[in-house]
Amino acid sequence: MKRVRRERLLRMVILSAGAAVMIFPLLWLVSATFRSNSELFSDAGLFPRSVTFDGWRNAFASYGGQISLMKALRNTYMIALPKMLLTLISVTLTAYGFARFRFAGKRLLTALLFATVFLPQTVLYVPQFILFNRLGWIDSPHYLPLIVPAALAGDTVLVIMLIQFIRSIPRTYDEAARLDGCNSLQILWYILVPQLRPVLMSVGVLQLLWTVNDYMGPLLYVKTPARYPLSVYVKLSMDADSGFAWNRVLAVCCIAMLPQIILFFASQRSAAPESGGLKE
Amino acid sequence: MLNQNRSAGFLRRNRHLLYILPWLIGFLIFQAAPMLYSLICGFTDFNLFRGVSQTGMMNYVRIFEDSETMHSIGLTLKFAFLSVPLKIGAALLCAALLAKQLRGIRIFRTLYYLPSILGGSVAASVLWKAMFRDHGVVNAMLTALHLPVHSWLAEPHSAMWTIILLRVWEFGSPMLMLLAALQQIPQEYADAAALDGAGKLRTFFSVKLPMISPVLYYNLMLGFCAAMQEFNAPFVITDGGPRGATTLFSLLLYRSAFTANEMGYACALAWVLFLLSASVSAGFLLLRRRFVYDPDGEAKA
Repeated sequence: MKRVRRERLLRMVILSAGAAVMIFPLLWLVSATFRSNSELFSDAGLFPRSVTFDGWRNAFASYGGQISLMKALRNTYMIALPKMLLTLISVTLTAYGFARFRFAGKRLLTALLFATVFLPQTVLYVPQFILFNRLGWIDSPHYLPLIVPAALAGDTVLVIMLIQFIRSIPRTYDEAARLDGCNSLQILWYILVPQLRPVLMSVGVLQLLWTVNDYMGPLLYVKTPARYPLSVYVKLSMDADSGFAWNRVLAVCCIAMLPQIILFFASQRSAAPESGGLKE
Repeated sequence: MLNQNRSAGFLRRNRHLLYILPWLIGFLIFQAAPMLYSLICGFTDFNLFRGVSQTGMMNYVRIFEDSETMHSIGLTLKFAFLSVPLKIGAALLCAALLAKQLRGIRIFRTLYYLPSILGGSVAASVLWKAMFRDHGVVNAMLTALHLPVHSWLAEPHSAMWTIILLRVWEFGSPMLMLLAALQQIPQEYADAAALDGAGKLRTFFSVKLPMISPVLYYNLMLGFCAAMQEFNAPFVITDGGPRGATTLFSLLLYRSAFTANEMGYACALAWVLFLLSASVSAGFLLLRRRFVYDPDGEAKA
């Protein structure tokens, strides 16, 4: 009994030490935004000696262009929300098609679907850029190069994740609904989608996180400063200020991370995203 | 007439093809066509402003003659083969520690998971730069502990390790998957192993680890895929420096294509990256049969 307790204690100590290291950067980030720039790096502790709100006040001030923090935040969600919605629709339809039906060339198409998961996006940037340039989509006000490929189920990892979940739902449900006169689209909407709700939730959250974190896409396809999303703005802010106003830069970072943290806790409450992709 | 009937029959039999049509169109336009185009483009010296003036193998010859490019390929492989196993290893360790009933397990899970949703963002890279710069908080802590300070980002070796550390910091999401897999293993398996006289460590490595190997494999493979195209961290934290020590392949690609506007050369680079990741993936597929537990295979046997 004593050994068990000692082992549990040891486990607790290791986990707590690990957690402290893991969370330290984030805690330091928050504390740094309340420090003066002269104090920011000379002090190793977590609590500011004198609290100042300069960093936060300046974070909302413009750098004197057409772009500001709030505008960049809005731009990010102008990309992310439509992209998420269209991804959900196209990914669900594609996964449904692959999981439930036979059609000519299915084996080949399935192989292609799985292969694209391992096709690095970086490889595609150059030829896609040339394509979008031809189409006149560079710097499109509707962010077409960022949204359209995803709206056509381009993120195939998500399709595969959903295929697995649809396969785990017994076909008996479909049959029963068909006998009651449902067509295949109605079966998807009334029978499968309600059961898939937790997975669809994690698909949406994942796509939202990826989009918000994406930097290279906007770097290539968004040219007008007024249309910059947050990721580009954060880098801009760092380049403009590093060396003297780090508290301002870090406050910008803090705000940039906040929506993701809120989203994380909100999605944890309604559905456990960790079960995503694995339940067979 | 007959032909018309046949095509009508084809459409009727395959009407469910409609469901995957959006993906198929997107695949053809945004993936297959660009890949093909870049294959052709790689054999030219296409420049967005000057057009094409020369064709042939010269891009590929240049890639293998350019020591900077070869160096960058080496760095990318080094980055992938260090960061991914470390990340998955940390994930596995924490998942194993968390797999027991424990007070506060939810809090630990949340704390470990949080960095993985933030780490990919530019903001996290900026934070890293702030922490590891010469007058950063890491050095301030070292000074407080009376340890020698270090120029983390100015020294080639440590600059690379700083970026690796950022990626290892994000181990939360593989950890959750591994944890879920560990918790699904029936307790009887561990009990049976204990009856046979296996200790805790032995049980973990000989019974549990093989059972979660599919999840482990999946995470390693996706991890490598992501690591081979790492861009944000070296671009923001070190801008490829010092002296090219963190110029990973995608950074090189970005510069050739969008700073130097050498699209033809960049297409060739992209194909080299593609072949490189494809061969790493192929290596993984070969290893799969050997090391990954297949529950269906056992059921059949």
